[in-house]
Amino acid sequence: MSNRCAVIGVGQTKYQTRRLDVSIAGLVREAALRALQDAGLTFADIDAVVIGKAPDLFEGVMMPEAYLADALGAAGKPMMRVHTAGSVGGSTALVGASLIQGGVHERVLVVAFEKQSESNATWALSTHVPFSASLVVGAGGYFAPHIREYMRRTGAPGHIGTLVAVKDRLNALKNPYAHLRIPGIDRKTVEATPMLWEPIRYLETCPSSDGACAMVLSSEAAVTGTPAWVHGTAMRSEPIFRAGRDTVSPQAGKDCAADVYRQAGITDPRGELDVAEVYVPFSWYEPMWLENLGFAADGEGWKLTESGATALDGDIPWNASGGVLSANPIGASGLIRFAEAALQVRGRAGEHQVDGARRALGHAYGGGAQFFAMWIVGSEKP
Amino acid sequence: MRDVAVVAFAQTTHTGHDAGLTEPELIGPLINDIRARSGLRTFGFTCSGSCDYLAGAPFSFVSALDAIGAWPPISESHVEMDAAWALYEAWVRLQHGDIDSALVYGFGKSSQGDLREIMTLQLDPYYLAPLGLDQVSFAALQAAALAADRTTLDEIVRRSRAAGRANPHALDLPEPMAGEFEVEPLMPYDIAPITDGAAAVVLAAGDLAGELCERPAWISGIAHRIEPHYLGMRDLARSVSTADAGRVAGSGKGRLDVAELHTQFSHEEPILRAALDLGADTIVNPSGGPLAANPVMATGLIRIGEAAARILDGSAGRTLGHATSGPCLQHNLVTVMEAR
Repeated sequence: MSNRCAVIGVGQTKYQTRRLDVSIAGLVREAALRALQDAGLTFADIDAVVIGKAPDLFEGVMMPEAYLADALGAAGKPMMRVHTAGSVGGSTALVGASLIQGGVHERVLVVAFEKQSESNATWALSTHVPFSASLVVGAGGYFAPHIREYMRRTGAPGHIGTLVAVKDRLNALKNPYAHLRIPGIDRKTVEATPMLWEPIRYLETCPSSDGACAMVLSSEAAVTGTPAWVHGTAMRSEPIFRAGRDTVSPQAGKDCAADVYRQAGITDPRGELDVAEVYVPFSWYEPMWLENLGFAADGEGWKLTESGATALDGDIPWNASGGVLSANPIGASGLIRFAEAALQVRGRAGEHQVDGARRALGHAYGGGAQFFAMWIVGSEKP
Repeated sequence: MRDVAVVAFAQTTHTGHDAGLTEPELIGPLINDIRARSGLRTFGFTCSGSCDYLAGAPFSFVSALDAIGAWPPISESHVEMDAAWALYEAWVRLQHGDIDSALVYGFGKSSQGDLREIMTLQLDPYYLAPLGLDQVSFAALQAAALAADRTTLDEIVRRSRAAGRANPHALDLPEPMAGEFEVEPLMPYDIAPITDGAAAVVLAAGDLAGELCERPAWISGIAHRIEPHYLGMRDLARSVSTADAGRVAGSGKGRLDVAELHTQFSHEEPILRAALDLGADTIVNPSGGPLAANPVMATGLIRIGEAAARILDGSAGRTLGHATSGPCLQHNLVTVMEAR
């Protein structure tokens, strides 16, 4: 069996539209230093660094790990660069954990970032490889038809997305790192915003953020402070173009969840998990992933959202931090989900802490809803 | 550590020009080839390496998943690095003990853009990239720091190109001819050629390796190290990170029959030979090396594959595969393999 791995430090930057006061190196270093401080360690205590981000075209820096080695104290050490589309933040955590679980290192620093102010993500997402058609739609245009199909299949009423948009932003008011903080937000506020990609309104989509997130991962022998223990890790990928692929509830997501639940000994995710940080960049992805991840039966996810079960005071809070809808430094967004899950079971989530959280799910997805990365962390040793 | 071996290696017939194939078209037949060679249809883990900037589009690895037929969904990851690091990630994953096989592949078509300028975008975007220093120019700084003898470099190129002409996968490049400097002190032929291609390796752990092939190339050590980015922070005439990675991988613990080195420029060979303390009895780049075929993002993986192939075919007992990344050998990975 693989070695035990724990999260012993978490660091985040305040997510915002522009961080003009720091370079990319300054941004990732800020998160890394905070994670090290949380663990009571310095760069000298780190054996290896794993960095993740979304496409290099976003900032126009190719393979930026070369440039960021110095800022992250990696010189003289092994350094890896992960890229698995939108799920990359989650994958970065998993590659870091793998180095501990495989017995290669004692302490690994994982960092993910995006500095969207130095780029134009929709442009970068709309260029295309030679000989293939470009949709020139960005992510919202790509996912909107999948959402409409979900609504058609389940008969979900049109206001469900609005409920998620409000709930996550209310949670964000309790998270000092969140980008979007809209006091007094309610359904009317969301419904008054322009329709971007039917049925996604402006406030039902994620912001463009600058930000970085870092974690210090440790072997059992090297734990300092308060650990969040890793109970299960899984990645799954499926082709983007495959006849018969269900893009609304992808098989890779179901398989990935089944794998991570099996490792953690979970048979009833809604009952046995205390909180979930799930990659919801468009409001409707909450009910969709509730079903894909087995928190609700097929066609029932929207009812769970409507009932308030996923609110901070519900029986299974989703995205207590405010989620991707409240802060989206793209490449870091997955790692933030994994880190927030760890903060919850360490009892360090501050105002958005779910009382007594013992087990939490971190989730990320990417590409055409085809790449999935998940982990389950717990307050107790597995 | 758990015993892991290279049990199969496959590569495309690399071309010095765009042969009109998309990346998935390049990879499809290769994956069929490696499946046939390894005898495995499915793998416990899959990991690949590629670079969006070569295709000039984001997510160039996404369509590769279609080519490998990732259905039912597979446990899979990707590094935006040379696929040698994908092999490293897969080796780490196999250490967990719950899976026994991994597929690793890498691909690149550097014919599609201006590699020399693209590599500039790898530099610090605030202080270095705006200076416009291109890949060949910063390599020339390193060659100058080394003060390498022209006759030695010419001989390296002559030997590499001759070996490449004998390798059906490498390019057919002529004997180096006198001419003008590309960037002094580098001649045009000191630079690895623009190449399109892909490569794949299958790793197997424990008993499975022995079941799949007669003479697995057991990985006795694998390690990598990165150095500071700024060229002024390093002694460019030496490769400290290669020496460190080699030490951790145990390269000096026995005689090396073959070393496949990721030399994108001829002057890198003496630097790497010194860092790894290679003796005269170690044959360097019998495949021709990157100076005879350089499908960027697969080139490092091919070094490991070629070094493993000498063990698989019984012609060598202990070999080394080296891969590099970043400007002027900033980041280096060393894999030592042996027959048992």
